[in-house]
Amino acid sequence: MDKPWNNKAWFLVLPVVVLVAFSAVIPLMTVVNYSVQDTFGQNVFFWAGTDWYEQTLASERFRDALVRNLVFSFLILAIEVPLGIAVALAMPRKGWGVSVCLVLMALPLLIPWNVVGTIWQVFGRIDIGLLGRVLADIGIDYNYTQEPIAAWATVIVMDVWHWTSLVVLLCYAGLVSIPDAYYQAARIDGASRWAVFRYIQLPKLKHVLLIAILLRFMDSFMIYTEPFVVTGGGPGNSTTFLSIDLVKMAIGQFDLGPAAAMSIVYFLIVLALSYVFYTVMTKTGADRPGGR
Amino acid sequence: MLELRDVIKEVGQETHIRGVSLALERGGLNVLLGPTRSGKTSLMRLMAGLDRPTSGDVLMDGKSIVGVPVQKRNVAMVYQQFINYPTLTVFENIASPLRVAGHDRKTIRSEVEKAAALLQLEPYLDRTPLELSGGQQQRTALARALVKNAELVLLDEPLANLDYKLREELRAELPKVFAESGTIFVYATTEPTEALLLGGNTATLAEGKVTQFGPTIEVFNRPDDLVTARTFSDPPLNTLPVSKKPEGFVTTDGTVIAPDREAAGLPQGEYVLAFRPHHLFLEAPGPAAVALRASVAISEITGSESFIHVDHAGERWVALAHGVRGIEVDSEITVFLDPERLFVFDRNGDIAASPALRHAA
Amino acid sequence: MARIVLDGIAHSYLSEPRRPADWALKEINHTWEDGHAYALLGPSGCGKTTLLNLISGLLTPTKGRILFGEEDMTGLPPEARNIAQVFQFPVVYDTMSVFDNLAFPLRNRRVPEAEVKTRVAEMLDIIGLKDKARRKAAGLSADEKQKISLGRGLVRSDVAAILFDEPLTVIDPHLKWVLRSQLKHLHRRFGFTMIYVTHDQTEALTFADKVVVMYEGEVVQFGTPAELFERPRHTFVGYFIGSPGMNVLPAKVDGAEAMVGSHRIALEGSYGRPGNGAEIGVRPEFVRIAPAGEGVPVQIRGVEDVGRYRIVRTLLAGHELNAIAGEDEALPAEASALFDPGHVNVYVNSHLVEPEAR
Repeated sequence: MDKPWNNKAWFLVLPVVVLVAFSAVIPLMTVVNYSVQDTFGQNVFFWAGTDWYEQTLASERFRDALVRNLVFSFLILAIEVPLGIAVALAMPRKGWGVSVCLVLMALPLLIPWNVVGTIWQVFGRIDIGLLGRVLADIGIDYNYTQEPIAAWATVIVMDVWHWTSLVVLLCYAGLVSIPDAYYQAARIDGASRWAVFRYIQLPKLKHVLLIAILLRFMDSFMIYTEPFVVTGGGPGNSTTFLSIDLVKMAIGQFDLGPAAAMSIVYFLIVLALSYVFYTVMTKTGADRPGGR
Repeated sequence: MLELRDVIKEVGQETHIRGVSLALERGGLNVLLGPTRSGKTSLMRLMAGLDRPTSGDVLMDGKSIVGVPVQKRNVAMVYQQFINYPTLTVFENIASPLRVAGHDRKTIRSEVEKAAALLQLEPYLDRTPLELSGGQQQRTALARALVKNAELVLLDEPLANLDYKLREELRAELPKVFAESGTIFVYATTEPTEALLLGGNTATLAEGKVTQFGPTIEVFNRPDDLVTARTFSDPPLNTLPVSKKPEGFVTTDGTVIAPDREAAGLPQGEYVLAFRPHHLFLEAPGPAAVALRASVAISEITGSESFIHVDHAGERWVALAHGVRGIEVDSEITVFLDPERLFVFDRNGDIAASPALRHAA
Repeated sequence: MARIVLDGIAHSYLSEPRRPADWALKEINHTWEDGHAYALLGPSGCGKTTLLNLISGLLTPTKGRILFGEEDMTGLPPEARNIAQVFQFPVVYDTMSVFDNLAFPLRNRRVPEAEVKTRVAEMLDIIGLKDKARRKAAGLSADEKQKISLGRGLVRSDVAAILFDEPLTVIDPHLKWVLRSQLKHLHRRFGFTMIYVTHDQTEALTFADKVVVMYEGEVVQFGTPAELFERPRHTFVGYFIGSPGMNVLPAKVDGAEAMVGSHRIALEGSYGRPGNGAEIGVRPEFVRIAPAGEGVPVQIRGVEDVGRYRIVRTLLAGHELNAIAGEDEALPAEASALFDPGHVNVYVNSHLVEPEAR
């Protein structure tokens, strides 16, 4: 379906173009600029070509962090998407329960990232934290500053707590838009609860799920604040994700060139994976009848 | 006058409109009649300026309006769905285009009241649309389109979502609404009966083309081609392929039909005879009637009339007969054609001969 | 298969209905005989869809019982009722092929796969979608989707009844004829009980052997199409069925005569003196326009040519009177109206009155 045309509309878009240029394009170009040069301070730059890129791709440190990122995003999607769908399915469709559930679901989304980190940092401490203390008391060896598994568990639980709501809200919106006749027809056809989910709800949720998965993938792949606050990337390097490593390299070691090259590679990976998700999910059963 | 000249509209690989030329006069109703996806909505969007034609021109009073954005054209539209501002009262809904245009309070009040009176909305002016029935909601949308005093009002199947009886009522009122204004009304419908009840002019559409345009009853009585006749027939048009020989029209099973005055002069060759369901008779309508054998597939009764669906030599026909006919399904019956009431189409589907009209119009 | 009995059922969407207006469906006693085709006809909001959903089990009645044969079905869910239902908007399972759509209700009921194959193949043939069996259902046109919905109902051998909820709403006029005749054909072939809900009188009357006319949650008449047309029991039925509807004129009835204004109209049979609130009802089909002097004088206000006939809108003693004129009939400038006495009905307080003697 094509749109009404109006050339004046372009002027209205101009502020956004300018804003995006300053906030995204120009910084990105600066990063590109850094990534092909070397500097020792005093604003003196030397051409480095693709050296930093080669170094980044060859670096074990980078590859380890990348693997951690991939595992983390995979776990996040594997937990949050099914959990989000399940919670959305369990939510009431009418009555006073709807608004109660919606408000409860929205609460975690309202809390800033670093506050979430701090909450869980305190919550999980074995001396004063409720969770840490309870776990320690029932004999589970939980110490996120010492144990890599505990640290990972903390970061994942924290992210699930923080962001599953987003998936829930998107899915809920998708579910309530399914006409009643579909459920009625399915009941008459003798469909099981599972068949209703598989053949009615899931297909109708496809579009919102695409958005949910894309958002959650991009966000989890770029995770920074929570592990930074809670674990600081440790113990050892066990929760050092690409973003944390990047900051260490750029701010801590002031290796601007390698950090810039790493940023670009990082950016391209996010872009490529998002694209793959998008095409795979839109390709399956793409025929949507177009109206005239 | 709104004029379309050789308008073509392509969207991607598909051609929605294949060369339409049409001239619509002010102060009249123009019906676009055609099945779903025949291009009615596409054509309306082009008229409204929501879409730009791929080629061709759209002119208002001789001036091209292609490229003039829809906001700058004086156009109103009514859709199949009842579209109103849900939080505004009926009064405010109707008044909204007048407020945008910056009219003073007094004008607004009098204009709204005039439109409300015309569409029988006076008792509901203080309600919000969701407190109204479907028919009243659509009346509100119509009233809003009317007060705008637009040059062009487009109605896209406005009655499709209403009950049969409500449709009948609004349909009876609409011609009055259309009659007294200098506006061009364009009304899209899939239903031949609706076109006939509305009157005015009708353009029949098939596969993105206007097949005929003229006064509604004229198009119905004198279709230029078989596609138009089919589009403008409900129940569906009955057809019978024949070849013209010296003895007359000969059917595949050898029955001879003597051609009527106009048809007698046609050259020999292949033709298609077409006749509407009420001209397929169960009793001989006169001495010249042609008898054909057919088997009954289904018989339906509407209370006053019967629809008998019959099969004849691979063609499915519908006969519309007065009264309640209890006809046994699967039985063989004789049906009759009146040679004076046949349309004759040539092998290209163009009209070769039309039956004479009976009553003085 | 069995007959369906509605034993005093009533339904309200409120938890505590108090006023009569709280009831979407007022008390109904009705029997649907096995193997017949029925239509439920009425304007929107008259309760016809509610009644349909009570039969299929999508709703449980507030009062009364529903029996299939001797068996009480009142509290049972739809899947336990052997009912198929076709909805206004076609419901197809988008991700499944046409074949799998039709197989779905069978597979849900654990019908052996070999039988599923033969039954679905047969159904594809009946609904004419054989060549599209492997296509995804999502890409089909509205009428094809509606055929699938219908096929999913018919494919089950155990159905007691098929319910239709305005199934032709989204179908083009030409295809309506095709689909409707296919429905009729299927009904003759399989002999299921069919109940068809619609607001469209043509659909209702052509489809059904018997029609239930509903108005404001009540059944106002149950009868054959011919009965509904010729002897509407309520002026609402007269108005709702027929296009245009029945003419209803206030009249003074005295024996075998009715006076409309100062004009005398003959009746068939004697009605005594029903007194105030009497009206006569006559269908436009039974009013003939004749040259002045032959009947009661009328004033022609407009003529609508709808092709095969014309609607003549006239005034008789200040009351609207519609007549139908055939395509060949000439209309006089000075006109009068002739009434067919056998088709003039008498109503008192909107209800039909039978003559005392014929």
